[in-house]
Amino acid sequence: MAYALQQLINGLTLGAVYGLIAIGYTMVYGIIGMINFAHGDIFMVSAFIAVTAFTLLAAFDITSLPLAITAVLITAIFFTSAYGWAVERMAYRPLRGSTRLAPLISAIGMSIFLQNMVQLTQGARVKPIPPVLEGGIEIWQSGGFTVQISWTQIMIVLITIVLMVAFTYLITQTAFGRQQRACEQDSTMTALLGINVDRTISATFMLGAALAAVAGVMVTVYYGVVDFFIGFVAGIKAFTAAVLGGIGSLPGAMLGGLIIGLIEAFWAAYLSPEYKDVATFAILILVLMFRPSGLLGRPEVEKV
Amino acid sequence: MKKTLIATAFLALGAQAQLAHADLTVAIAGPMTGQYASAGDQIRRGAEMAIADINAKGGVLGQKLKLEVGDDACDPKQAVSVANTMVNKKIVFMHGHWCSSSTIPASEVYVEADIPMATVSTNPQVTERGLKNIFRIMGRDDQQGLVAGGYIADKFKGKKVAVLDDKSAYGKGLADEMAKAITAKGLKPTLRESITAGEKDYSGIVTKLKQAGIEVLAYGGYHTEVALILRQAQQAGLKLTVMGGDTMTNSELVTAAGANSDNVMFTFSPDPRKNPDAAPIVKRFRDAKVEPEGYVMYAYAAMQLFEQAATQAKSTKYADLEKTMRGGTFKTVIGDMSFDAKGDQKKPGFVVYQWKGGQYDYAK
Repeated sequence: MAYALQQLINGLTLGAVYGLIAIGYTMVYGIIGMINFAHGDIFMVSAFIAVTAFTLLAAFDITSLPLAITAVLITAIFFTSAYGWAVERMAYRPLRGSTRLAPLISAIGMSIFLQNMVQLTQGARVKPIPPVLEGGIEIWQSGGFTVQISWTQIMIVLITIVLMVAFTYLITQTAFGRQQRACEQDSTMTALLGINVDRTISATFMLGAALAAVAGVMVTVYYGVVDFFIGFVAGIKAFTAAVLGGIGSLPGAMLGGLIIGLIEAFWAAYLSPEYKDVATFAILILVLMFRPSGLLGRPEVEKV
Repeated sequence: MKKTLIATAFLALGAQAQLAHADLTVAIAGPMTGQYASAGDQIRRGAEMAIADINAKGGVLGQKLKLEVGDDACDPKQAVSVANTMVNKKIVFMHGHWCSSSTIPASEVYVEADIPMATVSTNPQVTERGLKNIFRIMGRDDQQGLVAGGYIADKFKGKKVAVLDDKSAYGKGLADEMAKAITAKGLKPTLRESITAGEKDYSGIVTKLKQAGIEVLAYGGYHTEVALILRQAQQAGLKLTVMGGDTMTNSELVTAAGANSDNVMFTFSPDPRKNPDAAPIVKRFRDAKVEPEGYVMYAYAAMQLFEQAATQAKSTKYADLEKTMRGGTFKTVIGDMSFDAKGDQKKPGFVVYQWKGGQYDYAK
């Protein structure tokens, strides 16, 4: 029981990170119907920004933990959003209105570009940071097994919940949210009504990047190492989460992330860790067979 | 005056072109990019230094050496295409590849093209396929596993041991051999699992190890995953001693795992840096701001092997090189080298090392 609880905690933490990245995929898909394959690498860039920021803070001898983490979060969100904006402006906007495949290929190119850029400028070596937030609380002991929840895990889950609440408010209650949803439904009509569609799309990219930035900072704090390759695996998993939850749906992305995190943790715990990915993708296939638009996705209605 | 200058410049160019024409091309191949790029970097630095030294002494048989670098990113498919490119570039000798899973398919290309190769790949299959062109300047996994497994069984008697691998040809080969050696000495591994390399989250497997009360982890795979496992084990309140293979020589392990790296032991050939004959070379590397760790000295030795074999054979033809390499003894920075019929080194020599405070030394 204690063992299962520990794995549940592991799975939820991992799922929260996947979910945050998955939202970036799902929002972009919702608004321009394109899979932004460079999103995983945006996440990777944010992790590097976080490492740089942590190193700088250490150099300036800022040791207050909440202050340091807040400062790093703000820096990472700022620069990563700029990346998100730039990627959209350079690689996707010029291709808007061309075939569906063109921005997709452009996205893959952008992904490779970002990966190689970071590798060349930062080096291929793993970049570590010393443990930022150590320790945790023992919450339960049973049968010689102590269930531990680390401060990092608590922080990840809390930040994710806060962000989800803020985000739901932003999309459902604010003027920006309305514009965003309007563009999603019919961008031509939205433009006719005097809304700047390009600007809304840019803002969507920046928002997605900002969430990826938070995920990047948390991964940096949690695992303590980053390299230029982390965007690939995380990107694939988050993309899967978005599809599983129903691409285009925000709660779906979070749900998909949590499900994948939990499947991974429990499959590794009770069956073989070797077949963890096989299990994840087998479940994805099963879900898509019965619900082709994902768990919370709306079936696509062909507009005539 | 101007005309003479231009004429001289042209002459100089012509002379250079002629020299370039007579160059001998040798090559290295390995993961220059990708997640194991730091090993590729070590190989390149070692080879570049060796070639500069050989050329400074007048080259091989009067010809200067020129280095080609192939990047296979440890991807078997890319390795084959690198091999084909190298064949087209008419190389006379290859040092590589690094990952066993790249070396095996690539060697099929080199053997067709009559190119001798010296590799540090440790999977037994590298030399077990009867290819005549392969020479392994490193030990084999089965020897490595035997030493590592034997050490665990002797030193950690009565402790719970888990054997873990990363599903790669190298990692699984090594882990299987370690498990075999541990069992042969009467200690039974409690867990035998595999993980997926390249991920960041290993909390699932760490929790599993903790649940099973594991104290010693025999790991077949690369240092990046070990660093993550150790860090996450510490967060989960689990103290692990890790035994790994030659890939743990990478100092990246220390940067990534911090103080946890003190719990890492591994098998590796006797440290070439401790070889007194190699001291001048070690110093030259350090002067050039390159720490001759890991594969640096092996790459240097591979180039020495080629130089000496070609000099002894007085030829760079494949048949002559192959015969000389198989029959002769070569004096390199990693010690005297001679090969058996399969192409394995005659004296394998693995020893157990342990990291301590960012340096590794022979384990007690």
